[in-house]
Amino acid sequence: MKILSVENLSRSFGGIKANDNISFKVDEGTILGVIGPNGAGKSTLFDLITGYTKADNGKVEFFNKNIFGLRPDKISNLGIGRTFQKLKPFADQTLLENVMIGSFVKEKNIKKARDKALEIIDFVDLIEKRHHFARELSTGQRKRLEMARAMAIEPKLLLMDEVTGGVDQKTIPGLVELILKLKKSGVTIITIEHNINIIMEISDNVLALDQGKSIAFGSPKEIQNNKQVIDSYLGTVDAA
Amino acid sequence: MTSEIILQAIITGLMMGLIYALIAAGLSLIFGLMDIVNFAHGEHLMLSMFSSFWLWSLFGLDPIFSIPITILLMAFCGIITHYFLIRYILKAKMLIQICATFGLSIFIRSIAQLLWTPDFRNVDKPLLEGRLEIGSVFIGQPQLIASLVCLIAFIGLYLFVTKTETGLALQATAQDRHAAEILGIPSNKMFAIGWAIGLGCVGVAGGMMANYFFIFTDVGINFALFAFVAVALGGFGSIIGCLYAGIIIGLVESLGGLLIDPSFKLLYVFVIYLLVVIYRPQGLFGRY
Repeated sequence: MKILSVENLSRSFGGIKANDNISFKVDEGTILGVIGPNGAGKSTLFDLITGYTKADNGKVEFFNKNIFGLRPDKISNLGIGRTFQKLKPFADQTLLENVMIGSFVKEKNIKKARDKALEIIDFVDLIEKRHHFARELSTGQRKRLEMARAMAIEPKLLLMDEVTGGVDQKTIPGLVELILKLKKSGVTIITIEHNINIIMEISDNVLALDQGKSIAFGSPKEIQNNKQVIDSYLGTVDAA
Repeated sequence: MTSEIILQAIITGLMMGLIYALIAAGLSLIFGLMDIVNFAHGEHLMLSMFSSFWLWSLFGLDPIFSIPITILLMAFCGIITHYFLIRYILKAKMLIQICATFGLSIFIRSIAQLLWTPDFRNVDKPLLEGRLEIGSVFIGQPQLIASLVCLIAFIGLYLFVTKTETGLALQATAQDRHAAEILGIPSNKMFAIGWAIGLGCVGVAGGMMANYFFIFTDVGINFALFAFVAVALGGFGSIIGCLYAGIIIGLVESLGGLLIDPSFKLLYVFVIYLLVVIYRPQGLFGRY
């Protein structure tokens, strides 16, 4: 079953087309990897889907319900969570409070919300840090915090923006394992990654963007052999 | 000078300080939430005092009993202020935001002068009267009860902000409204709640002060000045900072007036403020 359907989604900033008629579909329970060079429009695509930035035109359907133009909090309440490339933890609140704030979307009872938050913190392996302020956590731990916070809203679809970006090599396998654990728990995932090896390892499908345009969509193998994708990453012979 | 006189000044300063703290907490909450300084805070305090006065004058309700109505009226005033003015200037430049709330202060004060004239009024024979005598120290009952009510309201506000779902959501919105929205928190609603609580605090302070203060259209000006100093001293956006700062201001005002010269009470407070601005611009507990 299709969980997300995006059609002709566009957004310009001045004369620059950050997203230009992007279209794709995501099946429930799968992982879609989004790749592309810097400035390809990957994070903008997340901003448009989550209502963080208003799209100029297009259509976004979540479980066949049109969510185009809805406010970010309404979209979140429908079951779409996200993490940010530039991390946005609530620095002056503890890890537990950060995750509890997400839990309140579905659970209004403060004790139950707290229990649920603790369960999720345990899931992301940060239980010992639960009373630490977010500002005291390392980058890798903050990435886990953002994942935990996004999970707390019980998303059906989770958009993850460069989860492995900016963390040390030792931390990456744990984060990848966490993404796979999330998929196993039934969450559909769209993930932006610069690390092609990871994308190819975990994704069911891959969407390649370049200069705001969708240049390829298919299985990891198809994408690996797509000439346009290779050119956009490595450059063409002419360009060289 | 005897120790009793100094003790008297300390108690007077503490009692005033708790009132300053609550007024400042309302101001700080609004600033911390949306980075907007409410220059009409003093006028809102004046409105809450007039609310108590008119409820007494027209319906015979003593200020101590009309407090809940005053709080609700001020909270409603906060929501109206947000939806009819503030939400339109949220993304505006700081100068426009300053002009908007400063303009609101002039508007409220002018309307009040038009409707109620600049005359001084007071609540005649309120239930809270008289004074307690402990040794050689005298404590005015209305002042004592007002400061205790303000302290209770302050504790309630602190617990609300730190322990409840809405309080945590308010804190999250204050830190990063966009990240909060992604977690399903409607920022516009949070801002309205922030204004309601901020002016509700002023409602408590103003309602209690109506017991023993003259009520007139310019009454809020000095209190607002002290509230601004308390917010800066405590740290912009810090609720707990307001408590310490309010008490410091109350004590400096009272002890400075006793030990040096009462004519320069404002000066002592602003000297402390300037020292903080120079040596610790983020205030005692501030993030900024």
